[in-house]
Amino acid sequence: MENTARLELRDISKRFPGVLANDRVSLSVMPGEIHALLGENGAGKSTLVKMIYGISAPDSGQMFWNGEQVRIANPKAARKLGIGMVFQHFSLFEALTVLENIALGLDRKTSKRELEAEILSVLKTYGLKLDPQRVVSTLSVGERQRIEIVRALLLDPKLLIMDEPTSVLTPQEVGQLFETLRKLASQGCSILYISHKLHEIVDLCDTATILRGGKKIAICNPRKETSRSMAEMMIGANLKVIAKDATRKFGEIKFAVKNLSLAKVGDFGTALHDISFAVKAGEIFGIAGVAGNGQNELLKALGGETLAAQENAIAVDGSGLGKFGPTARRQMGLCAVPEERNGHAAVAEFSLCDNAVLTARNRMNMIKNGLIENQKSTEFSKKIISAFDVKAQGPNAVAGSLSGGNLQKYIMGREILQNPTVLVVSQPTWGVDAGAAAAIHQALVDLAASGSAIVIISQDLDELLTLCDTLAVINLGHLSKPSKVGAVSVEGIGLLMGGIHDVPEPLHAH
Amino acid sequence: MRIKLEKRAEPSRVMLFATPIVAVILTMIIGAVLFDALGYDGQRTVKEIFFTPVLASYKWLDVAARAAPLIIIALGLSLGNQAKVWNIGAEGQYIVGALCGAIVAYFTQSATGSWVIIPMMLAGIAGGAAWAAIPALLKTKFNVNEVLTSLMLVYVALQVLSYIVTGPLKDPHGQNFPQTAPFTDAQLLPRAIGNIIPPGLLVAFILMLGFWLLVSRSVYGFEVRVVGAAPSAARYAGFDASSTVWSTMLISGGMAGLAGILEATSQLGQLNLGFPSGYGFTAIIVSFLGRLHPVGVFIAGIVLAITYVGGQVAQTVVHVPSASGGVFQALMLFLILAADILVRYRVRLVRGAA
Repeated sequence: MENTARLELRDISKRFPGVLANDRVSLSVMPGEIHALLGENGAGKSTLVKMIYGISAPDSGQMFWNGEQVRIANPKAARKLGIGMVFQHFSLFEALTVLENIALGLDRKTSKRELEAEILSVLKTYGLKLDPQRVVSTLSVGERQRIEIVRALLLDPKLLIMDEPTSVLTPQEVGQLFETLRKLASQGCSILYISHKLHEIVDLCDTATILRGGKKIAICNPRKETSRSMAEMMIGANLKVIAKDATRKFGEIKFAVKNLSLAKVGDFGTALHDISFAVKAGEIFGIAGVAGNGQNELLKALGGETLAAQENAIAVDGSGLGKFGPTARRQMGLCAVPEERNGHAAVAEFSLCDNAVLTARNRMNMIKNGLIENQKSTEFSKKIISAFDVKAQGPNAVAGSLSGGNLQKYIMGREILQNPTVLVVSQPTWGVDAGAAAAIHQALVDLAASGSAIVIISQDLDELLTLCDTLAVINLGHLSKPSKVGAVSVEGIGLLMGGIHDVPEPLHAH
Repeated sequence: MRIKLEKRAEPSRVMLFATPIVAVILTMIIGAVLFDALGYDGQRTVKEIFFTPVLASYKWLDVAARAAPLIIIALGLSLGNQAKVWNIGAEGQYIVGALCGAIVAYFTQSATGSWVIIPMMLAGIAGGAAWAAIPALLKTKFNVNEVLTSLMLVYVALQVLSYIVTGPLKDPHGQNFPQTAPFTDAQLLPRAIGNIIPPGLLVAFILMLGFWLLVSRSVYGFEVRVVGAAPSAARYAGFDASSTVWSTMLISGGMAGLAGILEATSQLGQLNLGFPSGYGFTAIIVSFLGRLHPVGVFIAGIVLAITYVGGQVAQTVVHVPSASGGVFQALMLFLILAADILVRYRVRLVRGAA
């Protein structure tokens, strides 16, 4: 029996309108094996696991479970077989307790007390820490993920699918997660681990299946590969190395934030507390942190979507613009790019041309007598498309028709080609494939080299360590003291991200 | 076999133009079936409502006169609708605009120059805008839904009209009828310029060109579109959503008020309790049937005006109830909104079970 694969896929294909998402993909996962599914965005990883979990059905191909052919009609059937899945985006009710959330997701009826006992025993078995009576809105992202894991473990799964589980965790939380997964595997549970973070896969997985463009490209032993060799298999090309001038020097202070505080908006917002930092010409300043610690609020405050109470809280070239809106700030040389592409940084229903008008209309002189000069916006749009190698049908293509990576390149190009004095970007390569990410990284480095000050807010620590000269961590709306990259350890940053902070933390009133 | 809706990668341009036509044709078919089932001659009803006003040239002036207020109001509403600001109370703004014009007329009865028309028009615009300012204020200050407040203010406007024409502005020689004194010759516009085109339609045409430029080329039009399509992106781009609420409400209210006073001075010559004719509500249909585009609105205004005129013809010829014109108009709005799905989705027949 030990030689029978727990799950085997043979020649699975799935077609969506206009794209073959999976093209005869085969895969086999042995009992107790931690199997990585590796690929860029759009390589077909999610499509494949959705079919395994019964969310969609393959167009052709066969699936075997413990050697028997199966057809998984829906997630309930998948769970019945013993397949559990932890999604990248959690489906939790913020206002309910951990216990209530788990009860809601259960297929069977159990009394609250029995369920709590079961949860506690699962927590004990795997050494997980979680209080079933806590309200979800008071929990950190790592703790929320644990709810999803417990939910899956309660079913006593034989195969656990983890979809990009570490994208929201601190390095310490990642360590804890890996321990849990190894323990599970040692007890015979197979794990299908989806990620594009290569060092994690080297660290954790026994086998890796690499997908590219919907096809299986290779199957390898990650321990015998390097991150680089797997990355190249993933993108099917040589990985570009970011070229940074080693002799670069910083100029004067271009961007200064002084004692910026903002009250929190809404129940789930984050207040900003007394944030101060300065960025010099040519410097790239990174802000690390786990999602939901005030990054969005900070980006909006710096870009002008929310105004500061003091004029001098935010200054470019020494002149305070804390009370100016986005239009005035852009004219004074401060451009910003929020994390969300659709509906925030760009309007999906609008053409690329109109999306250029959105933020570049004044700096690129597109307005005359209150009218938009279409010729100028088209020209600028074409310039972005060619300079940033955006794959689009032209300036009149609807923004929503571009892939995430291409739209992000367009948005970044739109701001960078305006040659801002200060550029603030949030998650510049979120959900972007490795090729596009490299292009965006290089463009940011080049912009800094030309004398702009750059602030990058990101949850991707690798990205920040590669690009930034200086790094600070945001946690619960507090910004840590900045330190030079290289003078600080990943562990140190991880502790700051987790909230071990020199600032005393106010108690939550819940 | 089953029908499946598939999302299109990009909204279909063909469908964008085809759906209003599809909606009108479906309205005729469903209307015919419906009136047949009710025991009338359905086919004949459709013919009288949609075709007689087009084929009989003596009806054209009537159609043109009715199209004018519909188009003027719908131009303003379309601007707001693009920003997703829903002014449902144009009927009230239309009434208040006409009232304000009539008040100016009351105080200028002795004037002989036709210049008095200008302050009357301005008062009409100001009155409509002021009535629309109430929902705008409530929306921006207290986040009260403008759909409710603008609609409720229609009924307030009806009461105000009733008070004014039976009270302060009642015609002293009107044998106690609820109506204002007839406007003086100086205060009147011709029913039709050169007996061909009603003055309102000329104004509507000029406004159409103006709105076209505004929506397609101006920064303001761009702002309105961004606020409607993606509020977060609008804030990011430096556009203020509450100023857009204010401006679109004031413009749409002003347009409705202008339509009201134009109607009063060119078609009726006075105000009475019969003044409200539902143009403010029908203009909502015109706005959507015209795809919120000024040129589309102009064409849709004429189509809806045809149903107004045709509805009356059908009443006398086929003896359908007076509400039947409204039934057709409502069907049309329903179908145009339903047909919108074809712009974003394509319909496919899929073999096999679900």
